[in-house]
Amino acid sequence: MGKAYRTIAFYEQKCDACQKCVEACSNYVKGISDARYSRIKVFQNKETGALGLALCRQCAEPYCVMNCPAGALFKDLETGIVKWDEDKCINCQICTLVCPYGGISYNPLTKHIMKCDLCDGDPACVKACPSGALELKNGAEIFNTWGDLEDLVVPGLSFCLGCNSELLLRHTLRRIGPNVVVALPPGCIAGVGTVGVNGKTGAKVPVFHPLLTNTAAMLAGLKRYYNRIGREVTMLAFAGDGGTADVGFQSLSGAAERREQMIYICVDNEGYMNTGVQRSGTTPYGSWTSTTPVGAAQKGKRTDAKPMPLLMVMHNCEYVATASTAFLEDYYAKLEKAIEASKKGMAYIHIFSPCPTGWRFPPSKLIEIGRKAVHTNIFPLWEYENRVGKIHFTHPVEDPLPVQAYLSLIGKFRHIDMEQVSHIQAQTERNIEILKRFTHEK
Amino acid sequence: MPQSKYLIVGSSHAGLSALETIRLSDPEGGITLLSEESTFPYSPTILPYVVSGKAKPERVFLRDEETFKQLGVTFKMNSRVVEVDPKKHIVRVETGQTWEYEKLLLATGGTPNRPNIEGLETVSYHTLRSLHDANRLRASIKKAREGIVLGAGLIGMHVAENLAKSGLKITVIEAREQVLPGYFDVKAADMIAKLFSQEGIQILTGEKVERVTERVGRYELYLSSGGTVSGDLLFVSTGTKPRIEYLNGSAIAVQDGILVSDQMRTSLEGVWAAGDVAQARWFFGNSKKLNPTLTNAVEQGRIAGGDMAGDPALKPYPGGMVANTYRFFDNSAFAIGLCGPLTEDDFEVNQIFLPSSFFYQKLVFKDDYLVGAFGINTDLDPGILYQLIRRRVSLGKEKSRLSANPLETARILMTQIWR
Repeated sequence: MGKAYRTIAFYEQKCDACQKCVEACSNYVKGISDARYSRIKVFQNKETGALGLALCRQCAEPYCVMNCPAGALFKDLETGIVKWDEDKCINCQICTLVCPYGGISYNPLTKHIMKCDLCDGDPACVKACPSGALELKNGAEIFNTWGDLEDLVVPGLSFCLGCNSELLLRHTLRRIGPNVVVALPPGCIAGVGTVGVNGKTGAKVPVFHPLLTNTAAMLAGLKRYYNRIGREVTMLAFAGDGGTADVGFQSLSGAAERREQMIYICVDNEGYMNTGVQRSGTTPYGSWTSTTPVGAAQKGKRTDAKPMPLLMVMHNCEYVATASTAFLEDYYAKLEKAIEASKKGMAYIHIFSPCPTGWRFPPSKLIEIGRKAVHTNIFPLWEYENRVGKIHFTHPVEDPLPVQAYLSLIGKFRHIDMEQVSHIQAQTERNIEILKRFTHEK
Repeated sequence: MPQSKYLIVGSSHAGLSALETIRLSDPEGGITLLSEESTFPYSPTILPYVVSGKAKPERVFLRDEETFKQLGVTFKMNSRVVEVDPKKHIVRVETGQTWEYEKLLLATGGTPNRPNIEGLETVSYHTLRSLHDANRLRASIKKAREGIVLGAGLIGMHVAENLAKSGLKITVIEAREQVLPGYFDVKAADMIAKLFSQEGIQILTGEKVERVTERVGRYELYLSSGGTVSGDLLFVSTGTKPRIEYLNGSAIAVQDGILVSDQMRTSLEGVWAAGDVAQARWFFGNSKKLNPTLTNAVEQGRIAGGDMAGDPALKPYPGGMVANTYRFFDNSAFAIGLCGPLTEDDFEVNQIFLPSSFFYQKLVFKDDYLVGAFGINTDLDPGILYQLIRRRVSLGKEKSRLSANPLETARILMTQIWR
């Protein structure tokens, strides 16, 4: 497997083009404050406010390297920095033609090309940025640590294009490993072929297919059996919102109350997508489904979604968290805690799971929708640890976007009117206020 | 008979970018790279710099034993391919060795064109395509005093400059009406030609050579206009033609070069072609053209490699266009897309022409799109303009901004669209 490297991330919304980074760069490179020597360039159009950032991305497959006729540019496989060997360079400037980012440019003062070298790992621009718009990030740290773990699901499952359940399933099983029993009640994840036969199709770990009503109860029984024979095996459920919040709720509630040891993951796509997009208890207000139609008499669902994760907090679970595949690092951190918590009792993770098919949006918008749900506070990211006894926001949103920023991306909300938007906005704010009440010490 | 899942013929930019792209999708499949050279791979683009002494011949190699080992590539030097049998999936090398392949990439590049001039076939002259050519030319410079360069394309102009810097008296002869006709308009070409004249290089444009003679190391070129040019070193750079002679009898579809699809597939099952040898879609209009440039070879190699390895996310070739940089007498220039003389008049042109400061910037628009750009001593990012053209970015209101402030507007568009 390859390796992921560090690069400088740019958060446009935090940048006001103050030029501190440019000054810092030229000071580092040349010892003077002269923008012409800076390898980072930031510009803002006064009229539109739009920002332009020209900076080397330290690409994984750098075009400048592939096109250099002199072998003067190369990617350092240890650090990932795209380096330049002045001695070999013939000044042909082909690199400036093939870089799509303006990341390498010719400086007539030095008569050489110039490009960012990350200041050998501690970039001056990042340190100089007063607003946090620049950040040195290891974009895919997860890949470095988890890339070598075995994928415990065979290739070629029939998920819809753009479904995040596959991402979730593969990554979760990679981390948990083969010492697991997986329960897949009726729902999309089971339906696409994950159950499989003999570990040759579907998942390569023991999988069973409970009823929609008894997932948690069956896992509880299995766990008790393994405990009795002295084997430590992780119990893991991937259930939909119907199998969790509606049909399967009594068994989950009972298992949580009995402090059964398992990781219960609810993949919440806000309806019965597998059977034709019917509404569920977690379908949000205003949403179109095949059973909450849009017409003269009704404009989507008339009631609000059941606050399922909060209900699990009230069950005094060992661990409860909300997570999203748009914030994978956040999810991985929570999965670690859930694994530990499941040794003592119930660990419940509620995954925000936008469904391109049932929600009516293009598959390419999945992650954007996940991000917007968090940035509007529609789906806040938080966790509850029983030992701490309070809710902790893992990705607090200081200045939330209006809910339209989220709703407008999704076809199932296409019909909603201003009154409905106001209702959703008010409900979103109310939900956050309720959650905040749980953030205080016990 | 040795077998290889991927067999790549030709070890320059197209071949190298193909094998590296194959490795991204297929970490294990066997790759064999055949080269007719007796060295590790190098770029033809470096050769003028080898002639000038700026690049040391022993330091021009793009890959070594170690990098091939890391990539799991078998590299075979001295392996000139003489025959392809597409039915049996076999390639025969000059030495008699045969290779069986599953997927074959033809990246055999080009050879210098020999213009149709009476007597040229009987005289010895220089061209520049291999390291051997470069070393030979470098050695000849020391003995020569007056050089003649035939063809004022990028290689001709590069060599003319370097020979002049080495102390030779140089005459450049170009059949067309301007120097660098593929890259610049007449005004820019005149500006460049004037600089060359000031540096002591005689430039003759619109001049056809009818006949060449050589007598005891002395060349006489008879021009159709009546004059003669003489010298003791003759360099010919009138373009290249694809190396496809080994494909005779293979039934592969060939026109000017090997015809390829947008995935670089040839008409033969299991055979791809990329680089100077391939005739592929042109970005403007509906034709297929050769496009023998470095950047094009890298891109076509990348697409061929991706398709050979079955990359499901592969984007098809958007079409070739002019795209190059040119450095001369400490000046920097670039040219992209429709940058030569324009034949139609429905283009919108934005230009700043300051010959006294040796500055020329030109943007060519058609409707809502940027379709061409060149610059001499500008501070623009050629790479961003190249993307604006290739991605057919609809400019709308940004068009006037791009004209007024191309550097920063282009960077903003990049940041907003493909950052």
